[in-house]
Amino acid sequence: MTSLSSQAMTVGRAAHAAPRRRSRQWTAYAFLAPLVIYLLVFYAYPLYRNIDLSVHDYTPRAFVRGDPEFTGLDNYRDILSDDTFLRALRNTALFTLVSIAAQYALGLALAVFFQRNFRLSAVLRAMFLVPWLLPLIVSASTWSWMLNSDNGIVNAALEAFGIGQINWLTSPDTSLLAVTIANIWLGVPFNLVILYAGLQTISADLYEAAGLDGANGWQRFWRITFPLLRPVSAITLLLGLIYTLKVVDIIWIMTKGGPADASTTLATWSYREAFGTGQPDFSPAAAVGNLLILIAFAAGLLHVHLQRKEERA
Amino acid sequence: MKRWKTAAGVVLVGVMLFPVYWMFNVSLTRTGDMRADPPHWFPWNPTFEGYAAALAQQLPALATSLFIGLGTVALTLVVALPAGYSLAKLRPRGARGIDFLLLVAQMIPAVVMAMGFYAIYIRLGMLNTVPGLIVADSTLAVPFGVLLFRAFMASIPGELMAAAQIDGASTWRTFRSIILPLSRNSVITVSLFAFLWAWSDFIFASTLNRNSDVIPITLGIFRYIGNNTTQWNSIMATAVIASVPAAFLLVLAQRYIAAGVTAGAVKD
Repeated sequence: MTSLSSQAMTVGRAAHAAPRRRSRQWTAYAFLAPLVIYLLVFYAYPLYRNIDLSVHDYTPRAFVRGDPEFTGLDNYRDILSDDTFLRALRNTALFTLVSIAAQYALGLALAVFFQRNFRLSAVLRAMFLVPWLLPLIVSASTWSWMLNSDNGIVNAALEAFGIGQINWLTSPDTSLLAVTIANIWLGVPFNLVILYAGLQTISADLYEAAGLDGANGWQRFWRITFPLLRPVSAITLLLGLIYTLKVVDIIWIMTKGGPADASTTLATWSYREAFGTGQPDFSPAAAVGNLLILIAFAAGLLHVHLQRKEERA
Repeated sequence: MKRWKTAAGVVLVGVMLFPVYWMFNVSLTRTGDMRADPPHWFPWNPTFEGYAAALAQQLPALATSLFIGLGTVALTLVVALPAGYSLAKLRPRGARGIDFLLLVAQMIPAVVMAMGFYAIYIRLGMLNTVPGLIVADSTLAVPFGVLLFRAFMASIPGELMAAAQIDGASTWRTFRSIILPLSRNSVITVSLFAFLWAWSDFIFASTLNRNSDVIPITLGIFRYIGNNTTQWNSIMATAVIASVPAAFLLVLAQRYIAAGVTAGAVKD
């Protein structure tokens, strides 16, 4: 009898709860609606337009009139067989890998350094954020001026060490290095902030115990800090990868991808084709851009995969 | 021992911020001293002619950037706040899918978005307009904003909402009177970033507003460099002025920034 009435009560409650749950779902969707509309109109539609650009032959005139010729995958075939493609792919790989490796190493070293408690530690750490908050045009033009061949401060300083003039931005041998240096400088603060936050989660007891066992600073770093920081490191590196793949501004402002494509990456190549010359060539530019999305997407899937693994662990 | 570390820290900051100092130094250098070899390490005979020129020529661009920045903040908050609330507290079905879409959205290169927007704007007549740029710039901040709000609002105790609802508050009322006031810090963080990203944007400005008379400051500086290879003091003075909002916001809100980046980057 008791069990029956409680059963009836459960059924009654369930029947009552169902419509309420449904109405709560609708409220949830109502609050989500602006975002969904936004994503459809301002992300999905431009992306669709971009794919549309890449499978047609859009001349500036066809752009305005809206009657481009459908060319299928011709644009993709063209860019893949273009001489610039391998150049840009190689430069993208070098620029990205060297940038994130150096940013990570410097960011981690600084995070470990600032983890110690000393006077002004917090203030000095905050000052490291400055380069990251400056508009890119500001940092990039400052670096251009510093790396200027004739009277840049970098060459003047190198001269003191007996190193002759280096044409940082105008020589094909060094322009990629020059933009990479500027990009590393820009990325260090972000790495510092995230890795520092990661260090805070490692318990001080572990270091104390290791100290009692006679571990020196180096051993403590390699046996405790580095392994325990791994999940944060993975995410930092992946965010760095995704961000660095898309960099246009720094390179464009400092070298315009030149000289002779020496510092052209996939992103700057796409930008140049579409907007960098007097004659916009949107269709191949869109094809290059879509290739870039595929690469970033692969990195993103890796990110999600690692995150899931992390959650399970 | 500790004093030694402070000294090392000061040196490291000095090295890191040297380009910022150099920008400042060049902005005060006389045109005639600009090509000195070796360059002067300090502005021995400081001149403000660079700043005078910058203010005379770039003031409208600064105002445009300010307007675009504030517009971007408003649009970002209007879209991201309710969405963050919904994802954190109302548990809509399909939330995981939205998370994934937001992640993907952050990976799309701005140059690709710029081409898409260009193709759309050219038909709508929105090229070279300020609203067009506000919309484009907001795409930099909206996914970040939603993810940050969701992470922050998830940490607000559910009991507070339940108590409000027992008192008869609607979901909207709970959002307005409980969630929003408690989310102040995260609102500041997102607004800061949305403003800074819009203020610093170069790609959208140089593609969607390049033939306009109304240009933001980044494009102003870029044109300046193109037209004016001799007056680096004016260019650097403009750069210094363009950095003021960033410096100001940094001082004002450094703890929010660090907390915001951490929440946005590590937890999501």
